[in-house]
Amino acid sequence: MLSKVKSCGLLGIDGYMVNVETDINNGLPSFEIVGLGDTAVKEAKERVRAAIKNSGFEFPMKRITVNLAPADLRKEGSALDLPIAIGILTATGSVSPLSVGNYIITGELSLDGGIKPIKGALSMALCAVHEGIKNFILPVENADEAAVVKGLNVLPANNIRDVADHLNGVKGINSHCIEIEEIYKNCEDYEHDFCDVKGQENVKRALEIVAAGSHSCLMVGPPGSGKTMLARRLPTILPPLTFEEALEVTRIYSIAGYLPAKTPLITKRPFRSPHHTISAVALTGGGKYPKPGEISLAHNGVLFLDEIPEFDKKTLEAMRQPLEDGHVTISRLNASIVYPSKTTLILAANPCPCGNASDPSKACTCTPWQVRNYLGKLSGPLLDRVDLYMEIFPVKYKELDYEGEGEKSGVIRERVVSARKMQIERYKGLNIYSNSQLQPNLINKFCKLDNECKALIKNAYEKLGLSARAYGRILKVSRTIADLDGKENIELKHLAEAIQYRVKHG
Amino acid sequence: MKKYWVWLSSLDMVSPSSRLKLLDYFKEPANIWDAPGKELGELRFLPGAAIKQITSREYRDEVSRHMENISRMGIEIITIRDDNYPLFLGRIYDPPVALYAKGILMREEKSIAIVGSRKATSYGSEIAEELAYKLASYGLTVVSGMARGIDSCAHKGALAAKGRTIAVLGCGHDIVYPSENKSLMEDIIKSGAVISEYLPEAVPLPRNFPARNRIISGLSLGVVVVEAAKNSGSLITANFALEQGREVFALPGDINRVNSQGTNKLIQDGAKLVTCVEDILEELRIYNIIDEAKLNGLKSKYQYHGFDKREIYGNLSDDEWCIVENLMHEPMHVDVLVKMTGYDVKEVNYILTMLELKGVVEQVQGRVYKLRRQKA
Repeated sequence: MLSKVKSCGLLGIDGYMVNVETDINNGLPSFEIVGLGDTAVKEAKERVRAAIKNSGFEFPMKRITVNLAPADLRKEGSALDLPIAIGILTATGSVSPLSVGNYIITGELSLDGGIKPIKGALSMALCAVHEGIKNFILPVENADEAAVVKGLNVLPANNIRDVADHLNGVKGINSHCIEIEEIYKNCEDYEHDFCDVKGQENVKRALEIVAAGSHSCLMVGPPGSGKTMLARRLPTILPPLTFEEALEVTRIYSIAGYLPAKTPLITKRPFRSPHHTISAVALTGGGKYPKPGEISLAHNGVLFLDEIPEFDKKTLEAMRQPLEDGHVTISRLNASIVYPSKTTLILAANPCPCGNASDPSKACTCTPWQVRNYLGKLSGPLLDRVDLYMEIFPVKYKELDYEGEGEKSGVIRERVVSARKMQIERYKGLNIYSNSQLQPNLINKFCKLDNECKALIKNAYEKLGLSARAYGRILKVSRTIADLDGKENIELKHLAEAIQYRVKHG
Repeated sequence: MKKYWVWLSSLDMVSPSSRLKLLDYFKEPANIWDAPGKELGELRFLPGAAIKQITSREYRDEVSRHMENISRMGIEIITIRDDNYPLFLGRIYDPPVALYAKGILMREEKSIAIVGSRKATSYGSEIAEELAYKLASYGLTVVSGMARGIDSCAHKGALAAKGRTIAVLGCGHDIVYPSENKSLMEDIIKSGAVISEYLPEAVPLPRNFPARNRIISGLSLGVVVVEAAKNSGSLITANFALEQGREVFALPGDINRVNSQGTNKLIQDGAKLVTCVEDILEELRIYNIIDEAKLNGLKSKYQYHGFDKREIYGNLSDDEWCIVENLMHEPMHVDVLVKMTGYDVKEVNYILTMLELKGVVEQVQGRVYKLRRQKA
């Protein structure tokens, strides 16, 4: 007897359909799985055999061959356990073959026949819709994330018996639904808020500019000056995630296995701050079984790299291309995988190895040579991407004693959203969305200066010793400041403010 | 024969004062060279290690190589018996028996030492340079140690005034320490002298620097300590100056600042507080020797016009003047300026850029701004 059951595999953040073909023949009892499965797929044999028996079905003592088509793509993980089991049950006649072709089935099996959660359920659900299949049987724990996809009948199953009963029409599984509006209701409730930050007005302003233009920035300041605190609050002033963006982020987290329980959809912008000992692969993604790296986990959010001079130089180099392209490509012999990586980059550094060089009230214990070399390490390709530079000064206790509260994140976010709108409108058809993406030819087109501004920047060039590299960045930043001000033309005050955030190293 | 002098100064186990005593006893270095070990042993002040070194073959064999180095590098050997050995240095308790010099050294000249922290703040660097500039313009020689920070600024200030300046090294002439001062060292040789009591190839050992400091203060009428932390080497120089009967001056500073703790302590202990170069000249009673005409000419450069008059800053808008008024009290962080003026941070940023470009304010570090001293 031959049976065909549909399931899903994962390639990057996309799912693809896998046909599980099962053939049962007379002969010496054996059980073979072909079709480029990894170890977890090979081991499925034992789980399937035990699960079928322990669910009260009979495991056929015959020659069983399972083929996973397409046979030339490598398949990973345990999500094919359930479809293989259903395939065998269909082939032996325990499950009716009539309706099984209308379902996509996925899930890991427990030896007792129970179904355990899998990774990447959202991508599989999207694949099902794309393939025109309306019904999706999956583990209960993954039901929420799959239910986010519109036009799909999500059927959460607890064990093999549930699935068999449903397919045989004995006892149907109830379709799982979720209210997307309900999920989105608290998408703006961050646990941090900009009003928690006392003082630091200039850094808050700089981060508002960073958010409005999606610029990369570098913060330099002694330990305890609030670099991390400020960076953590950047996601709270970025525009809210659109549904499409949220789907993308959720897919990445779902595939990496980082999707928190009871979270159908990630509706807040992610904030990732990997430690400086991170390896290049962990940062950009890859590995034997490719996984998205930190830079992809920060997609549509913020990637915060603290203590940037302590990072391995090679690690930082590996990040350049993904930042430039907005996606990571991992090439393998039989497939190349693409993970998106559009992120706002925040770099932070101490002014010297001990951290106290710019703090006049503390003694710096570093040698002058160390101080000079510490930030000197930064210059180079990564610094080329930094548009804004901020030096952070520790706030004294006296200055912490501000009357009243600072501005709430929500208020700042509104300004950021309207500035972003102007940019999207302006760059329609150019395939760019923010000022940070402007290339030199576009800078000349969109950042036009009047004569007064030209005189100012020429003066700044000579007096403040700006480099040619700094010129383009200042123009981009002043473009964003003008957008925040709601002005179509860059004015003197916009340009002058941008000059205050010029990059000073390299 | 200078060879014996070179040999004598190469013996590092023999202290400078012992070398002097040996000279007193034997009259000529050549006699020390020939002295039998037994006679040296009878001198009470020499430790055994020193006698061993004096009589050792090794040090005697090295001399010809030292002489070759010295002549190849164009270094002059100035012994304590020579006419151009500095008079003031000769008067201290333990002057070096021989100095190695590149450039010109004079018997009599009026010198002031300017010393301070290697990790100088912008305040210290600026004042060190200004004081050196003025002292050099008055015809005085500026002595310092060519270290990073204040020392380098002092030399630069004197050079900018086309004046004389002397650098005292803690190592041989062939080693430029710190290495970034290579071109500065060449400039100092051209307009003054770079001297050392160490032979070429001597490395900058930590213990050389206190010894070097006694020469800095010994050469000078007075020592100005511009910036010094609690345990700074500059305080050693100040101590030497006191022992040698020279004046000590110190620049006052913020009591919260690490780099001012040493100088403030000096003032507390009786060093003269310096706010301008005239304070130094007055204390040393050398005011009258200064050419009156030269003094007037000087007034134009580095003249401090007072900082509280709006006219001196040129054309300022009302907003700009408001920021300048706030900065008169002390350098301020941009956030404090926002709080003090009540302006929006973006306005303050804009005004600060304009003021920076007009040359009225400058950024210190960490976005702290201060008024620039206005030069006419």
